[in-house]
Amino acid sequence: MSSETGKILTTDGIPLEESLKQAEKKNKIKAFLLVAPLLLFLIITYMIPIGDMFSRSIDDKMVTNMLPKTYKAMENWDGKELPPEEVFEAFYLDYKILVKNKTAGKLQTQLNYEKNGFKSVLKKLARKQKKFEEGNYKEQIMKVHKRWRNVEYWRAIKRRAPSYTYSKYLKGIDMYSNEDGKIVQVSEDRRIHRILWIRTVEVAFFVTLFCFLMAYPIAHLLETLPMKYSNLLMICVLLPFWTSLLVRTASWMILLQQQGIVNDFFVWTGLVADDNRPEMMYNKTGTYVAMTQILLPFMVLPLYSVMKTISPSLMRAGKSLGATPAVAFFKVYFPLTIPGIGAGCLLVFILAIGYYITPALVGGASGTLISNQIAYHMKSTLDWSFASAMGLMLLTGVLAIYWIYNKLVGVDNIKLG
Amino acid sequence: MALPKYTEPHYRIWHYFYLLICGCVFFFLIAPLFVIFPLSFNAEEFLVFSDGMKRLDPDAFSLRWYKDMIYGTKNPWGLAARNSFIIAIFATLGSIILGTLAALGLSSRHMPYKGLIMAILISPMIVPLIISGVAIFFFMAKVGLAATHLGIILAHIILGTPFVVITVTATLSGFDHSITRAASSLGSSPYNTFMKITLPLILPGVISGGLFAFVTSFDEVVVVLFLAGLDNTTIPIQMWTGLREQLSPTILAVATCLIILSVLILLTAELLRRRSERLRGINR
Repeated sequence: MSSETGKILTTDGIPLEESLKQAEKKNKIKAFLLVAPLLLFLIITYMIPIGDMFSRSIDDKMVTNMLPKTYKAMENWDGKELPPEEVFEAFYLDYKILVKNKTAGKLQTQLNYEKNGFKSVLKKLARKQKKFEEGNYKEQIMKVHKRWRNVEYWRAIKRRAPSYTYSKYLKGIDMYSNEDGKIVQVSEDRRIHRILWIRTVEVAFFVTLFCFLMAYPIAHLLETLPMKYSNLLMICVLLPFWTSLLVRTASWMILLQQQGIVNDFFVWTGLVADDNRPEMMYNKTGTYVAMTQILLPFMVLPLYSVMKTISPSLMRAGKSLGATPAVAFFKVYFPLTIPGIGAGCLLVFILAIGYYITPALVGGASGTLISNQIAYHMKSTLDWSFASAMGLMLLTGVLAIYWIYNKLVGVDNIKLG
Repeated sequence: MALPKYTEPHYRIWHYFYLLICGCVFFFLIAPLFVIFPLSFNAEEFLVFSDGMKRLDPDAFSLRWYKDMIYGTKNPWGLAARNSFIIAIFATLGSIILGTLAALGLSSRHMPYKGLIMAILISPMIVPLIISGVAIFFFMAKVGLAATHLGIILAHIILGTPFVVITVTATLSGFDHSITRAASSLGSSPYNTFMKITLPLILPGVISGGLFAFVTSFDEVVVVLFLAGLDNTTIPIQMWTGLREQLSPTILAVATCLIILSVLILLTAELLRRRSERLRGINR
């Protein structure tokens, strides 16, 4: 139709195109209003707090707040030679308040991180400064300890100034920035976090693998069996799925204990001697066994829902064209199940990498994961900014996996039951 | 699935081997749950089968731990159970209302930025629980809702809505929108249309999403560990404490009750699923 025929008008005299656009806009707003309550709720109670975790993880105003006058006075100091009298005076005044409020210990620890040997100097100053006379603080402070004459120590205070830090993130991968501002690894015996990261990924990977190897055959069996049998067997998958995580962990604690049924069975079969029962709980074995059983349904269900959609005639066609059952399976059936494999593996891996309860209960010292470390810092050491930093590092990892998965398979394939 | 007569022997062997593997996996899945059952009736304090139990001696069994669960001194389970149910019920209601509304909006073809919004709405399901726990704790502490029922309920609504959104969106994907248009053209108000046409049809999806939300809340321990004070202890928290400190058979009695509850939930969910498939005429 050419434009010369004129625009089609509605009964109101408004061009149809415009009227449709308006209706469309109205519908958009209507749809959005339905989503808005949940969206707002989640943004306020969930998304912003996660952002808050970020600001917490880089927040480092502690020292700046403790030495406000000093940092103000240091603004004009170039850091080449010893600072002028004003800086000394400001530092003396700031420090006096800290000593009076009994919060000087925190500053001592923080500055000692920055430069070794700062603690003793500050402690000495705390004792001596009571007798200080007014005026010429530079001389008086320098007399307390010769290190106050070393410009390095004043530079250390200035270096501590920025009110944000990425040191928590460095700590999370067992690194720190040393006195020269270089990023180096912590000494070998203190590298605990890297071990935890590697262990977490390793456990998540193997749990996913074990789940896949166990889930594939049973999902296939469920799909090929006649309805009345498969429904019965499906209960074996769904009952653990709906049962409390703690109940399932408790049952593993009973089974795996040294006098437990699994060990009894091993003794009975003669695999191990009665007086030499292996420790199967409070180590990695316990974590592996319990997590595999607990996460198995999350692998079976997506696999099953994809397998159900594959027509059995495809396999028959493959066989009638001369393929052996094995070839038909690997060339025809297996490739068609890949979306299910992807969904299941993604689900299990993401759940496993953030697992907390089961490793904490059956993992012992060698079976705990990064989540346990986060919880430990949240509840015991109260180093919330470090817990936030580790949490965000874990979150980045999970989102990266999710993004890759979305690129490869598409998230729409995730189904529940 | 009997094998046809002409099957070659090595396929026959392979087939039985395959069935054996499947049997082992099913055993691995379900057997651990059945350990709890008999041990919760143990007359003794130990978490192993006593010789009397192995002989099926009636004296070796007792209801001692169930009595302890209900009447025991300084018994935490009563308060925990009440808290758990209150929190789970309100969290489920909140999740259902917010989640269903959002799912209705999301399934409209006019919805702008569908992908992004869906990603935000289901993010609590993808983000590891420990991180959700930390973030929610920071929020609740800031607004003064830590260690309150309301705070825990809100936290569980956050964790529960993704399930409702997903199940209801899935139900709506097979929904014939011409029915609602027919209702509107016959003069029904949008509210009426929703209550009389849409809701009954998507109800199975709503309820099964609600079941997911209920179970999530009822079983949730990571976030509650951060949020709960002494007055808001829940069943999972009590179990967690018990499992960490001393594994007493009372916990097994509680666990048995929880397994029975999950059987009931499973049956409800299965019935709903079948009803939904029948209603929507899908025979998968």
